[in-house]
Order: sequence, then C-alpha cells, then structure tokens
Amino acid sequence: MSASTFLTLKNISKSYSGTHVLKKVNLSVKAGEIHSLLGENGAGKSTLMNILFGMPVIHETGGYKGGIILDGETVAITSPRDAMNLGIGMVHQEFMLLPGFTITENIKLNREITTENPISKIVGRSLETLDEEAMANDARAALQKLNLTVDESLPIAGLPVGYMQFVEIAREIDKKNVRFLVFDEPTAVLTEGEAKRLLDVMKRLSAEGIGILFITHRLDEVLEVSDTITILRDGEVVHRLAQNEANVELLAELMVGRKIERPTLPRRKTEPTDEDPILTIRDLQVKMPGELVKGINLNVRRGEILGIGGLAGHGKLGIANGVMGLYPATGKVRKDDKPVNLDSSKSALESGMAFVSEDRRGVGLLLTESIEMNIALTAMQIQNKFLRPGFFSALRLEDRKAMRERALRFIEELDIRCTGPTQPVQRLSGGNQQKVCLARAFTLDPDLLWVSEPTRGIDIGAKQLVLDLLVKFNRERGVTVIMTSSELAELRKICDRIAIVYEGRIVGILPSDASDLEFGLLMAGKNTRKEVG
Amino acid sequence: MSSPYRGLGVYAELTDRIEKSLSRFGIPRLIISGFLLLLFILALIMKMDLKILISDSLVRIGMNGILVLAMLPSLRCGAGLNFGLPVGVICGLLGGVLSLNWNITGFAGFFTAIAFSIPPAIIAGYLYALLLERVKGQEMMVGTYIGFSVVAGMCIFWLMAPIDNPALIFAIGGKGLRYTLTLNDTYAKILNNFLSFSLLGITIPTGLLLFFLLFCVLMYYFFRSKIGLAMTAVGANPMYAVSSGINVRKMRMSGIILSTVLAAIGIIVYSQSYGFLQLYTAPLYAAFPAMAAILIGGASLARASISHVLIGTILFQTLLTIALPVTQTILQGSDISEIARIIISNGMIIYALTRAERR
Repeated sequence: MSASTFLTLKNISKSYSGTHVLKKVNLSVKAGEIHSLLGENGAGKSTLMNILFGMPVIHETGGYKGGIILDGETVAITSPRDAMNLGIGMVHQEFMLLPGFTITENIKLNREITTENPISKIVGRSLETLDEEAMANDARAALQKLNLTVDESLPIAGLPVGYMQFVEIAREIDKKNVRFLVFDEPTAVLTEGEAKRLLDVMKRLSAEGIGILFITHRLDEVLEVSDTITILRDGEVVHRLAQNEANVELLAELMVGRKIERPTLPRRKTEPTDEDPILTIRDLQVKMPGELVKGINLNVRRGEILGIGGLAGHGKLGIANGVMGLYPATGKVRKDDKPVNLDSSKSALESGMAFVSEDRRGVGLLLTESIEMNIALTAMQIQNKFLRPGFFSALRLEDRKAMRERALRFIEELDIRCTGPTQPVQRLSGGNQQKVCLARAFTLDPDLLWVSEPTRGIDIGAKQLVLDLLVKFNRERGVTVIMTSSELAELRKICDRIAIVYEGRIVGILPSDASDLEFGLLMAGKNTRKEVG
Repeated sequence: MSSPYRGLGVYAELTDRIEKSLSRFGIPRLIISGFLLLLFILALIMKMDLKILISDSLVRIGMNGILVLAMLPSLRCGAGLNFGLPVGVICGLLGGVLSLNWNITGFAGFFTAIAFSIPPAIIAGYLYALLLERVKGQEMMVGTYIGFSVVAGMCIFWLMAPIDNPALIFAIGGKGLRYTLTLNDTYAKILNNFLSFSLLGITIPTGLLLFFLLFCVLMYYFFRSKIGLAMTAVGANPMYAVSSGINVRKMRMSGIILSTVLAAIGIIVYSQSYGFLQLYTAPLYAAFPAMAAILIGGASLARASISHVLIGTILFQTLLTIALPVTQTILQGSDISEIARIIISNGMIIYALTRAERR
C-alpha cells in the first residue's frame, strides 16, 4: 500500500489570525493518478497548495499543523525550492513566464545547460557559456511530449494564450525529477479546443507515472480525466469519490451544499413583480480587468433584493462597476425608464442609484480624511447637500454642523466604533470602514443600492450586522438592493432572487430557496430551467 | 503604597506624551527650529541687531508667502509639488513688464500688473495642465523640465519683446528688455510701506503681511468649498472621486491652473518688495525655495494645508534671513549661508520625495 502511495497530506490544518481555513484535511495521490480537487472560492484549495509548495505566506502567518509524507517519509517543505527538489511541480493559474524571452529560455530559466570557458574557470559557474543547442533539444523534447509543434526559439510575447499554458507545463516536465504536478485551474483561460488538448496531455502524463493534482471549477473536465475526486468545502473534505461514482449533478450539489438557515424575513405589503421594473439592463458589456462582462440582460424589480452570484473572475463584479461608470462599459441601461449614461458615475448617481464598492480602501474611502467627510462628500458633490447657502454652487462652503450631525447619527445607528466623527477612517477596523461606506451610500438617499462583497474581510458579528442593515434599508425605506457576493450562503440569506453569472453572462436566475443542486449547476454554467433575465 | 514605580509610571506617561507630540511636530521641523534658536542665541552673543534681523525676516516671510501658497493647490489635487512654478512666475513678470511699460505708478501699477498677469497665467496653466495630464504619475519630473524649458524660451521672448520704453530696454542696441527692471519709480515696496509701523524698534510691513494673510484666508475658504473639497478628494483618492461623480481630470487641471495663477501673483508681490523685476534666467530656480518651505512646514505629497504653508514660510525664511549675517560674522567673508540655503532647501525636497513612496 505505502509503496504505491506517492504523496500524502495528513491532517493539515491552517488558520489565518484565528479563522480556520483548513481543518484536518487528508489527501493522497498515487503515482499515475489524476486526483481532482473541487471547491468554491474560499474553500481552501489555494491554501492547501500554498502549504504543499512551502510558500512564504504560510510561514509568515504561523505555519500549519499536520504533515506531508512522500514515499513513506515525512518531509519538511519550507520553500518552493524544497518542493522542486522533491519533484513536485506546479502549473500556475497566472502565467509565470518572461514575455521577452524565447520558449527555450523560459523553459530552461535558472536551469540552463552550460559549458566551461576560460573566464568561468576563474570567476565561477555563473559565467559559463550557454549550451544553446542542448537547451533547444531539451525544450523541443518537452514540447513534443505535449504534442506541441512550435518553434522553440520564438519569444513568448505574441504566442496565443493556450500556447503559453503549454510552455508552462513544458517547463515543469522538463525538470528531470518531476514526479508530481499540480494544475491550478489551468483551463480557466483556454478555449474549448485548447482545454481539450490540455486534458489529453494530462492523461498522457499520468500514463507515464506522474501523479497529478487537478484544481478546477469545471465539472465536465473533472469527470473526464479524474481517477479520484475530492470535494473541499469551508476547509474540510466533505466527500471523496471515484470517477465512476460521480456525475455532474452530484458534484454540483456537494460543492455548494450547506444547510442554510434562511431566517424568515419581514414580509412586504406588496411583493415586487416584473411589471414594475426599476432598472432594465440590455446587452451590458464591461471591460473590467479580470471581471469581464460580455453582454448581460437583466430586469430589476422595484423593491426587491436581487443577488448576483457566481465564481470569481466570471464577471459578477463587473456589472455594478459598469453601470456605476467606474469601468468602460457599453449597453443600454434605463433607470425608471430614463437612460443612464455609462461614461461617468455622475449620471448613475443623479438617477438615484448608489454604490458600495467591493474595493473598500481603493474606491470606497478617503483613508486620510475624517469619518464625517467620507460620509458627506459624495452627497455634497452630487446633491449639494451639506453646503451653506452661496451664490455660485461650486464655491458654496461646507456646512460642518450638518455634516457632524449626520455623521453622529450614523455612528449611533450603524454602531461605528470610533473615537469620534473626526477620526481618519484609515484607523478603523475593516467592519467599521464598511459601515462608513454604507453610510456614504445611505446619505445619498438612493432608491436603488448596489452593494458588492459587503462582508468581505470583516468579522462574523459585523457581517450579520451589515446584512441586517441591508434588509432593514430594503423593508423600511423600500430601497431596491442589488447585492453582489462570492458567498452564495449570504445571498441566499437575504435575497429574493439570485442571478448567477458564468463567463460574463447571466446563465440563470433562481429564487433563493432553490436547491443546492440547481445553484451548483448554474455556477458551473449549466441551466436546468430555461428562463433567463 | 508609595512605591517608587508609581513615579516611574508617571514619568513613562510623560515621555510617551512628549514623544507623541514630538512626532506630530515632525523631526525635520524640530531640527530646523532648534537650528533657528541656536542662530538667535549666536546673534545675541555676537551683539548683533536683533531688531533688524526680525524686521528683515518679516519682510521675507511676506514676500515669499504667496509663492509657497502656490504649492498648495497642486499638492491637494494630486499633481505633487509644482516643479513648474516658473511657468506662473513668468506670467507674473509679463504683467509686471506691461504695467511698467505703461508707466502706471503706485497701487494702480501694482494691481495692473496683477490684472494683466492672471489671463496669461490661466492660459499657460491650462496648457501646462494639459501636458501634465499626459504624464500622470511623473508630474514632478516633467514639471521640472517644463519650468527649465519655459524659462529658456522666454529668454528669447524678453529679447524680442515689442517694447520700446527706453527705461526698460538695453541702453545699447535699442532692443531687448534689461536683465533687471527697477520698480523704484512705480510701485517698489508699496505693500511693505502700506500701514507699516514700528514696534519696539521692529518695522512691521503691515500691508505685505496682510496681503499674504488675505490670500491664505481665501485659500482656506476655497478648500472648504464644494469645488475645493472635490479637488482634495481627487488628490486623496482618485477612484473615490470618480465614484462620487467628480470630474477628476477637470479638478486636477483646475488645481494646476490655480497654482500657476498664484505663482504669477506671488512673483509680483515678491518683486515689489525686492524693488526689481528679474527677467531672463532669474525664475529658473523659483520653485525650489517654495517647495522647501511648504515641506519644512510639515506638508507631504499626501497631505498639505494652510498651516503647513504658514509654519514653513516662517521657519524657512527666518532661517535664511538670520543665517546670512550670523554666519558671515562668525566665518568672516565666507559664503556659508548660501551653501546652507542650498543644502537645506534641496535636502528637504529629497527628504519629502523619499517619503512619498509610502503613502
């Protein structure tokens, strides 16, 4: 048994400043096996891989518990170099290639084949001559293994994205001792054809006896290549099954599934309907790096809480940023049947929308300014609030007293923990900063509020408070809320409907009491019901 | 329970409090203030006339103040220190030359100079801002070279200027403006002498100081107005500004234009006190003392206020005024104070720029 087991992760636990992200995870990969690791964002996949590769971030945050066993021996991996020496390679999600260098140079970087020359005899190895022919041969051999016919002397810059991914793999398999490879979402950036080819390569590599750990969101791919599938949820292994036991539905359910206690929310007098849309979006495309939106149609009902979910990188964050004019966007957006100009935030703000950005420190706050200034400034610029009377609108002076009063009211109402309304917001905790961001949006008295990742990076108590606030705001003042979040559980707690975004498009809208199975499938891009938008 | 530790606790608390207030005051300001104090003591020991030194300091504070104030809008709108200050200075000189050419004297001449320097300053500031918009993130480096190039370009203009007032052009050749134009017959020291009086032997240049303070107050209120706060938001966090519907480009450009206009007014105030308009290469280094002053005052690229302008101008200019005679008395005939000035002003700029990365 132990002879064939190649690599075992045993009882791995890890916590970042008190939050447990991995809880006693066990995982083992045999030589020649393809083992898939499946899980939502934040399930702990990346942390597990960082531990396996001895990434500095792990050791800077207090290390981990548990052991890594290779060929029956416990090994200590304290740096990526250790991992490499043990024969563990990794194909990264983002390419780690030098664009100006040739394919050969990238494959052989820092492992160049060299010959002695007179100068190197005196000065040392670092000045030896490159044996370019031998390097090119090695590179070609590695590329051939991948069935890739491309001239190895071409520079990386200008290659199709798919090829870059293959060069990355070629670099790993060129390392002579490599026995174990991790693929971290390798197909995320590939076209369908390229992805198919990659899966073939993975099968071939495993046939040669290399153990593969495959991390992905795409359920089809998992089913196609895996021998074993492990599903990780909230830092725990929730299920492990062999390929022949699995099907797409089961995987989807396991990946998302969690018991959701949906608190009974207060009822409204009249429930929102499609007859009275507050916002209509037609063919919205947003160029937000990493979160591209590729054509979305959406009707938002007046008075509802609409959730926007989906996996990271699929474009859910781009929707709010595009409508609010923060990233270049095209398409038709009508609020209360009046067109909204997507070129600047001004038009969106003036139409009665407000936005709480996912990037709290980057977009949401003036870090060096006071709480009262952060809360008041947007309303001052857009609605001329908090200004003393004056002749020219631009030269009207701030009304400190009104700003102070408003800030004090919010500090009490939202329970912002601070020394006073003049404290600079950079000294507040994440949760309290988020409350200031919310106060900034509330001050605009919007009838439509966009909130992106409102609970990211804040503690559990503050999370609940923020969600309660949104519900209260919705029910008491009748404000329509569109909440974008990576945490499906949160969306299901407070939303009426949840739209799931996949590869820049909305694949379906579900009521929040729909089954785990349906949500899981939608997140993987499969719509079982046929009503969209 | 009178343990000796209680006393220690109080002591620790005291030092802690001192440390905090010291760090708020800032180490560079502390060193400069200490140096200033030392110079005063030296001046006393050498039995120099403190009254004259203080009077001179007041004049220098007033005459340089608005140039320092010109740094504020560009810092606030996120364009960094205005290394291109000579652009505005030259517009000021242009207004000055025009009023001289028309031979307008007294306050009329002074205000004519200002009135005719503002339109070119707005135009030049607009063009300068357009250019800075294209080199976002490198405003300070590009600004330096703009300043240098504009000064050089204007050297040609001063030579070719269509002005034939014999008092202004070279005596020989009959073409081209002189290097320095005296204001003695028009409005030299008109602000300095306005309402000036003597207090304990110290001459107070009331008009000059009032004029500077007036601009400080105006700027203070400007930055408390809707447009001023928008400008501050752009400088503090452009993305916040965008998400508040503020036109970031417009605000940044307005900040740079405002800075240029203040520089134009500043140089006229400076010149009336100095008694001459200095043309040609004189504006080349106009930006550096102004930058040094606001930085000594405690401003950084991320944060600058009127109080930084006031404190900085007072410290820096008093230092320069007193250092010169004191050092010259100690080290007979040496030019140590000029060297000290260069070291302090450029050292301050380097210090501030190295700290900028951490904002």
